[in-house]
Amino acid sequence: MSELTLTVMRLGFLAVLWLFVIVAVQVIRSDLFGTRVTQRGSRRESGRQQQAAARQAAPPQQRQQAAAGGRQRRNAPTKLVVTEGTLTGTTVALQGQTITLGRAHDSTIVLDDDYASSRHARIYPDRDGQWIVEDLGSTNGTYLDRTRLTTPTPIAPGAPLRIGKTVIELRK
Amino acid sequence: MSSTTNPPTHHTSTIGAIGTPSRRNTELALLAFAVVIPVFAYANVGLAINDKVPPGLLSYGLGLGLLAGVGHLVVRKFAPYADPLMLPLATLLNGLGLVVIWRLDQSKKLNNYADAAPRQLLYSAMGVALLVAVLIFLKDHRVLQRYTYISMAGALFLLVLPLVPGLGANIYGAKIWIKIPGLGTLQPGEFAKIALAVFFAGYLMVKRDALALASRRFMGLYLPRGRDLGPILVVWVISILILIFETDLGTSLLFFGMFIIMLYVATERTSWIVFGLLMSAVGAVGVASFEPHIQTRVQAWLDPMREYQLSRAGTNDGILHSEQAMQALWAFGSGGTLGTGLGQGNSDLIGFAANSDFILATFGEELGLAGVMAILLLYGLIVERGVRTALAARDPFGKLLAIGLSGAFALQVFVVAGGVMGLIPLTGMTLPFVAYGGSSVIANWALIGILLRISDTARRPAPAPAPSPDAEMTQVVRPS
Repeated sequence: MSELTLTVMRLGFLAVLWLFVIVAVQVIRSDLFGTRVTQRGSRRESGRQQQAAARQAAPPQQRQQAAAGGRQRRNAPTKLVVTEGTLTGTTVALQGQTITLGRAHDSTIVLDDDYASSRHARIYPDRDGQWIVEDLGSTNGTYLDRTRLTTPTPIAPGAPLRIGKTVIELRK
Repeated sequence: MSSTTNPPTHHTSTIGAIGTPSRRNTELALLAFAVVIPVFAYANVGLAINDKVPPGLLSYGLGLGLLAGVGHLVVRKFAPYADPLMLPLATLLNGLGLVVIWRLDQSKKLNNYADAAPRQLLYSAMGVALLVAVLIFLKDHRVLQRYTYISMAGALFLLVLPLVPGLGANIYGAKIWIKIPGLGTLQPGEFAKIALAVFFAGYLMVKRDALALASRRFMGLYLPRGRDLGPILVVWVISILILIFETDLGTSLLFFGMFIIMLYVATERTSWIVFGLLMSAVGAVGVASFEPHIQTRVQAWLDPMREYQLSRAGTNDGILHSEQAMQALWAFGSGGTLGTGLGQGNSDLIGFAANSDFILATFGEELGLAGVMAILLLYGLIVERGVRTALAARDPFGKLLAIGLSGAFALQVFVVAGGVMGLIPLTGMTLPFVAYGGSSVIANWALIGILLRISDTARRPAPAPAPSPDAEMTQVVRPS
């Protein structure tokens, strides 16, 4: 093999290797600018807006819950989804186990939320497979829709369960 | 890029990708690129050594392509939102390693490993199989949290295994291998690395508040309370014991360093790093003062030329002198900036361990500074993706596990590359994915599998909240 061919291959290989590195960095770059970091500071304001909006809308909420209660038996929820708060996007599969919520590290969902107690609430299935939420004597309370829970209450799929700044829903 | 799937109404401090977060097609394109480069290198080696395109080119290319393809399909199915770069980067490094191992197989001076490359391809296949198993069976990395203390016991068991008489193998002074009859040797330390990362993550997640908050401020540093020093002391003592009984500086440094990194990330206290560096310095100097194997390594680091001459002269003073450290430096030197070209260097003169511990010297000679920098950047990118995964992960356990695994990976590359280049005393560790060795390749593919699983969970887009019933009640009040 001629010296020239080998030199061309040697330099060509280095060029290809570096091209890969550059392409990889380009992929990272698109990832880097395609992310959103939202500050925690803006949460308070939005929370207040949501509360204000929430206060207006109690009647249709109750109607929806009643309707959802009827559908419950046929399509039981299969997962629990965090829709607001620092854990947004976390899902837990519902497989008949008790799910504990709180700041304690051994909770199923460890809440990183200033308004949550260490053992805040638990969600468990009763004998019919209906999912029940129970407040475990938390300081700031657990809210299903707008109502503060005092007794174990069945959860309708899609109904927002609020603990501090965290909102949890059951989904199919 | 399509528009955002996240509604603009939720406010968190999480970092998530906007747009199409599943970058599977990007991954596929990069994977194809990552398979083509080693095939090119393979042809280059064949042309340089034998003047013809090597006959195994097609089967080698197909083999590597098959591994990459299987990995990609499994990621597409079981971890659709995982990081798009880790798999291509690991595939490229593995492929380049295979080419250089094959190139050293061809060497006339090294007739002792004639079939190392096919075996390494087999190990790579086993590694990818383990990655597939991790992705299929580990649906959620938080499951590992349940096995915090079991993984500690498992890791200690794996670390002690090489010391069991009859099972452990003392290969050239370091006792880090076990012999499995009929199968060859295994380095349990490589697997202990992953188990320990799981243990540290689970343990620190629980204890980090105590470790971070209970401290006094002194000279700008937060000094932890005496009793909070317990865990770091225990890990330190264990790593010193590894150093004494297995005479392996690399493993010891890797475990202690990984713990310090995770402790720092968990507590945000710089004082832990200061303590860690002091303790590892004290430990290393202390052990080096009485352990002859470590002393030789330090001697070879401080004065490689003297060791080379002693070895050449056949000095027999009860200490195994090694000429390799000097030979590796010569290999880097003769490579220069652009290298001698694949298959045209003389790094095979290094002899023993040329394709495992010293494989970076071959890269240094045949690809030069430019090539080695590219290789190190590839490692750097893997670590960067790991740290990025840790940033994006939502749960503290996942964050700590991702940072621990990528930190261990980075430390391992540093220990090997630094050792071969003469920056730190040489230790017998393998360069991840590149160096010849079954345990290393298999364990590192599993490590990439766990990182892919965490990044899949972290980059998965948040589900949209159920349509708010409030929306229909909102009325526009027009001022009349």
